Amino acid sequence: MAKMWINMGPQHPMTHGLWNLRIEVDGETVTNSEPVIGYLHRGWEKMVEDRTYPQIIPMADRLCYGSSYTWSHVYCLAVEDLMELEVPERAKYIRVIADELQRIASHLMWLAAIGPDLGNLTIFLYAMRERELFMDLFQSLCGARMTYNYTRIGGVRNDTTPEWERDLVRTLDFFEKRMVEYEDLVDRNVVFRMRMEGLAPLSAADAINLGVTGPSLRGSGVDFDVRQDDPYEVYENLDWHPCVQPDCDVYARYRVRMDEMRMSVQIIRDALKKMPKGPVRVKPPRYAPEGTGMARMEDPRGESLMYVIGDGTEKPFRLKVRSPFFVTLSAAPVMVNGCKVADVPSIMGMIDVCMGETDR
Amino acid sequence: MTEVTYLTDAFTIDQVKEKITSEFSSDEVKILDKNKPRRIYCTADKDSILKLCTFLKDALNFEHCSCVSGVDRIDCFQVVYHITSYANRITIEIVVDLPHDNPEVDSITPLWGGANWHEREAYDMFGIIFKNHPKLARILLDEDVQFFPMRKDFKSGGL
Repeated sequence: MAKMWINMGPQHPMTHGLWNLRIEVDGETVTNSEPVIGYLHRGWEKMVEDRTYPQIIPMADRLCYGSSYTWSHVYCLAVEDLMELEVPERAKYIRVIADELQRIASHLMWLAAIGPDLGNLTIFLYAMRERELFMDLFQSLCGARMTYNYTRIGGVRNDTTPEWERDLVRTLDFFEKRMVEYEDLVDRNVVFRMRMEGLAPLSAADAINLGVTGPSLRGSGVDFDVRQDDPYEVYENLDWHPCVQPDCDVYARYRVRMDEMRMSVQIIRDALKKMPKGPVRVKPPRYAPEGTGMARMEDPRGESLMYVIGDGTEKPFRLKVRSPFFVTLSAAPVMVNGCKVADVPSIMGMIDVCMGETDR
Repeated sequence: MTEVTYLTDAFTIDQVKEKITSEFSSDEVKILDKNKPRRIYCTADKDSILKLCTFLKDALNFEHCSCVSGVDRIDCFQVVYHITSYANRITIEIVVDLPHDNPEVDSITPLWGGANWHEREAYDMFGIIFKNHPKLARILLDEDVQFFPMRKDFKSGGL
């Protein structure tokens, strides 16, 4: 049969955002593919050069609607690295707790998104319902459901309350019970397993060379997590370990994310126990010194990095964002080539699409 | 549960610095005096960046290219590489200066596939040419765009 190129996107249910996967098909088999991005490009890196350092925090929130907290966090870490600020101990713990809450919320949205991709609407409703609990926690912590504007350069905006900590513990207890339901729905469902197991192999050597990070890398058996190998904030004091699966297929990537949600619950419980009392914020200088700052952290999608150059004024000279999904998407052809057209949504859904941070 | 078998011995920061200084002259690679845990900062000459990266990858276990950023310093362009070693747990930051009228540098995509789209983005935004790149085309902007928007002489209109 003659080969032909097909556009999957930019308006396609598989894409979860605006991007285009061009695939070359031979009958039902994908023989070549090329992702096309840029539909959501807003010139973020140019925009921030016109704004002062505190003004960029809410803009960093809007890089990714799924995990906005982690983006403002990595921005503040980079600027603190540039200004050589030391954050109070309690603020570090609060940041870690908020990070892990965001990770759970983001993974729940991913779980909700892949359900309809694989033909199961129930898991969509379940995961969105539980995500709402975490949105409520964020709302009572900082007043917003999705774009929090909660970190500050030098700490966090406000302290937690005892009532919030009580609600948090209750939510975690409740959520752990619900996790069992998700696994009953997905792991014990033969149709799901058949559509995930053995699909889209990505060897560890390929994953490392192509710059794939985060759950997709750990699904290929590489034990690397920025929280463990380049620890920021207080992760080295907490009792946890990275979740790794050796199978290299779509099901392994799914398992890593499910295990990470459990691990996040464990991290939050441990952090709540070890959190000291004290101030939550120090006052940063208005003008950043000349020099460079770099910070990276474990975003729900992989390794996010910001590189900031200060020139002695109140505005950054240059702010570069390394988006984890940007790089993972460039590795998509390795995963997609050779599979069937019907498997493409399952493969691309499993690496957790977020176009806001990719196109910037 | 699982371990990565193809990684060999890990090096400390001092060992990595020592190996780099013994391999390269101070004109080619200069290690900066800026100390932070798990970080190395250095500058490199534009002709020796590919040799340095090959050395880092083959001899010092730097497996992962985290980021490639373009910077317009007005009097020159810079390319900043962040390269990570999973085995050593070190990130090295390499700054390369390029002349403003002829910004050309060797591509490191043949070494790390992860640098591919970063270099395309640096070309897209700054017009920096990466030699031997497999496909140096616009990535975020349209193909027929005639300008390089992240250059400092391109005014955005802004605030």
